[in-house]
Amino acid sequence: MAYIYEAYDVAVVGAGHAGCEAALACARLGLSTICFTVSIESIALMPCNPNIGGSSKGHLVREIDALGGQMGKVIDKTFIQSKMLNKSKGPAVHSLRAQADKADYTREMRSVLEHQENLTIKQAEIVDILTEDGHVTGVKTFTGGIYPCRAVVLATGTYLKSRCLCGEAITYTGPNGLQSADHLSEALKRLGIRLVRFKTGTPARIDGRTIDYSKMTEQFGDEKLVPFSFTNTPEDIQREQVSCWLTYTNEKTHEIIRNNLDRSPLYAGVIEGTGPRYCPSIEDKIVKFADKDRHQVFIEPEGLYTHEMYVGGMSSSLPEDVQYQMYRSVKGLENAKIVRNAYAIEYDCIPATQLKPTLEFKAVEGLFSGGQFNGSSGYEEAAAQGLIAGINAAMRLLGREPLVLKRSEAYIGVLIDDLVTKDTHEPYRMMTSRAEYRLLLRQDNADQRLTPIGYKIGLIDEARYKALMEKEQQIREEIQRVNHVNIGANKIVQQLLENYGSTPLKTGTTLAELIRRPELSYEALAPIDPERPELSGAVTDQVEINIKYEGYITRQLHQVEQFKKLEARHLPEDLDYSQISGLRIEARQKLNDIKPVSIGQASRIAGVTPADISVLLIFMEQYRRQGAEDSHNK
Amino acid sequence: MIKDTIAAISTGMTNSGIGKVRMSGPQALEIADKVYRSPKGKTHLLHADSHTIHYGYIYDGEQLIDEVLVLIMRAPRSYTTEDMVEIDCHGGVVVMKKILETAIKYGARPAEPGEFTKRAFLNGRIDLTQAEAVIDVINAKNEYALSSSVKQLRGNVLEKIRQIRKNIIGNVAFIEAAMDDPEHINADDFGEELKVSVEENIKAIQKLLDSADNGRMIREGIKTVIVGKPNAGKSSLLNSLVGDERAIVTDIAGTTRDTLEESINIHGIPLNIVDTAGIRETQDVVEKIGVTKAKTFAQDADLIIYVVDGSTPLDENDREIMDMIRDKKAVILLNKIDLDLQTTKEMLENMTQHPVLEISAANQQGLEDFEALIRDMFFGGKLSFNDEIYITNIRHKEALSQALESLNLVLDSICAGMPEDFFSIDLMNAYDVLGGMIGESAGEDLIDTIFSDFCMGK
Repeated sequence: MAYIYEAYDVAVVGAGHAGCEAALACARLGLSTICFTVSIESIALMPCNPNIGGSSKGHLVREIDALGGQMGKVIDKTFIQSKMLNKSKGPAVHSLRAQADKADYTREMRSVLEHQENLTIKQAEIVDILTEDGHVTGVKTFTGGIYPCRAVVLATGTYLKSRCLCGEAITYTGPNGLQSADHLSEALKRLGIRLVRFKTGTPARIDGRTIDYSKMTEQFGDEKLVPFSFTNTPEDIQREQVSCWLTYTNEKTHEIIRNNLDRSPLYAGVIEGTGPRYCPSIEDKIVKFADKDRHQVFIEPEGLYTHEMYVGGMSSSLPEDVQYQMYRSVKGLENAKIVRNAYAIEYDCIPATQLKPTLEFKAVEGLFSGGQFNGSSGYEEAAAQGLIAGINAAMRLLGREPLVLKRSEAYIGVLIDDLVTKDTHEPYRMMTSRAEYRLLLRQDNADQRLTPIGYKIGLIDEARYKALMEKEQQIREEIQRVNHVNIGANKIVQQLLENYGSTPLKTGTTLAELIRRPELSYEALAPIDPERPELSGAVTDQVEINIKYEGYITRQLHQVEQFKKLEARHLPEDLDYSQISGLRIEARQKLNDIKPVSIGQASRIAGVTPADISVLLIFMEQYRRQGAEDSHNK
Repeated sequence: MIKDTIAAISTGMTNSGIGKVRMSGPQALEIADKVYRSPKGKTHLLHADSHTIHYGYIYDGEQLIDEVLVLIMRAPRSYTTEDMVEIDCHGGVVVMKKILETAIKYGARPAEPGEFTKRAFLNGRIDLTQAEAVIDVINAKNEYALSSSVKQLRGNVLEKIRQIRKNIIGNVAFIEAAMDDPEHINADDFGEELKVSVEENIKAIQKLLDSADNGRMIREGIKTVIVGKPNAGKSSLLNSLVGDERAIVTDIAGTTRDTLEESINIHGIPLNIVDTAGIRETQDVVEKIGVTKAKTFAQDADLIIYVVDGSTPLDENDREIMDMIRDKKAVILLNKIDLDLQTTKEMLENMTQHPVLEISAANQQGLEDFEALIRDMFFGGKLSFNDEIYITNIRHKEALSQALESLNLVLDSICAGMPEDFFSIDLMNAYDVLGGMIGESAGEDLIDTIFSDFCMGK
């Protein structure tokens, strides 16, 4: 029997990485918020890899933090190893990755949620979204409770109609054996929402006491740690770290897998969902890259509280007996005991082209969605979308402008634009090569890019904003200064240059010119720069990057100017593209499907050609003038 | 909105009396000023009044190109409402091209198909009721440009560009895979290896650019197809034309030989001739197929030369050919007039609308008349070819130059010891412009290449 329970402003469905950020954002913006989860124990659960960040994902976490999200703060508190990847490469591809203590991470995030004002947590399965005249009015639980609300954020992750496959053994559960959500899919279909089936997988967890680490290579964390959150300094987060371990598969492993491919649900055709190409199962790797005689395997701790070790690089859906043979063929794992089997998981999600760039459904007002449900993959991608979906649900209820980050502003902008514009045929993973202006979207300047936006929205407090303004001023002043510090070709200077293998000076130059030399740095030039002010590492890093890569940065800024012109040309939501003569048939269909918000977005749709864009520009001009004429005639 | 300055040849590419090269945009006057010299060297176009005409010369540096009239129209009183300059020259194909290229050299960009009209409309110059027509113009020009930009490329050029692109994307994919998964893939010191590969690509592009200037990159000319039954004398006609001292033969190195193709020049008019006879004889297929094949070629030809064997009666095949050329520009050559004629000029004239000439290809008889006819048709405006071909060639050159510039920037980055990820930026630029040249967009190419070439992930 259905009954009415409490009313809220916003209901968030799911309490994974997307759901947590969405719920926190709404509550922090002053809206009464309820967050539903099928299990309280699964709040901010990390059911797959035990790390946060990584190439380009680290950028996402920094951006979430810069906007006022939670993920960066939680991982800073709970990491047990941290590394800056690509340190020897350019600043655009430096990326933080930290190993988390999974239990700590989950506990910490849960505690943040529980202490958040305006936020209620409720263990319940949502089975229906209630609507009236195409807008959201509430949600309904499996036990019959109706919660009237004005906006809903779906963040169901991999739980919708999920099933887990381990060889012939199939269970109808969510990740980690948790209860799946089996009813919501039908309700969404009734609302006209199209669902697809995606697949992902996870490797086995092995009892660390049964691993022979002496046969593996130890992988240490960095000595100098960098925090994810801009609210922390490096000193705040220094701690003892634990190691990861590297080993390899071998010909024997590959043979075992090849001999048992017919028992893999993937190759036997049991799996219907589309899996990601970037983290293929070990059976995929062996089939697709048959010429490789070994693959790397990373043994990573699941936390300090447990002996369980994650076997990175060997996710699989082969049957249990094959898994035993396979893992035990790897050097150092000869006597391994498996604590949890590897499995593949299939779930319902949406083609995100049904969403606006605000992450609101085009078909249902007030219904937002974020995370793996949108066809993405990864904790960080999920959290980023959750944050934006939450912010925009709040902006809608508060009658304020929605937040749409541009591709030139943030990886989050790239992520969401790709999801809502392109047909995604596999779980979408952030990659640094997807960001065309990545030299501007560095992890080190996420605060400068996004904290003013977070402040405007209301998720960043005054003190943090002021601190940023001060930092920016210091950066500006110091850049100005080093551009004007003259360096003469004297003995001390020449000696210093020689020490760094740098060409001696023929005539005087500026400090900035010397910083531009690849073999020199801001730091290295301290001895010949006596007037140098006392500045934090965060400031001097910015000074150095801005000077060293000025030419490249200027070129990207110029490209961004071009890009912004097309982004600024808005297209009306209700435009019927099938009526625009001159557009090719394919373009009409694609444009009607996606309903792009701007000419810029239209130009990124596969199947829309530059000629179609010309036609659209003409049409829009016609449309604009007609509008002007009509209002003139009234 | 600040826009760049565009330039195009706005008269058809016929050798008519006058040719026009137009520029539109904020730098139009500045560019015109740089290339124009008045007879006494005193007039500067930069300060010229709107709607004035200036007599003088176009120079590329110290090289005189042509004697011209330059029309100045200042914004907003022009077709596009932007500053516009129109250069009226003597109308030779070569001269117009040269003037356009000079304008581009000094800062203009080759106009997109229909871009003048598009700007005129977007700037409010063209009436709303004409929007549809504007779209049609743009679409028509685009369609032609799209098909021509690839079709006009000589076969091996397309292949070369594809190879260069494939090489570039492979290199970028390696760098990017390493950036995304540094623990699996190592791109340290890739610069040295990349340098060799980039230098090779630069050489290849430079070669293409050189060939663009002597017409080896693109088929410029009136697309001409010779059709007719076997033994009608198609090949001997072609041989006569090619061997004739009045015709200049261009040797096209590397042209794929599955179609026999010759570029000849009649009284300064470039003809690009496909001999369908060549196809038949080398492949030894039945007559029917030969005709079908000829049909395909004839479909997008600018001119069809139909050779009739006068010594045999007309048959089913001839009627089929006549059907095929009904709505086409065609010339009928009644060949073998030195033999007993079974078919006459009158018969042919009664059956088609096309001019009929009597020749004997074997005896070099009547060829002068044929060449005179071609000349008259061309100068009379009956025969032309789309000017988009020329602008296509110029766009191609522009794209190649841009790719070259990007690749040189990659070399600079390598030499300066920049980290590997910086190489990707300019490599991708080169990849994109070369793609635009052959009508292929980048789309998901990079991501796809990364995944197909490298085993990524956890």
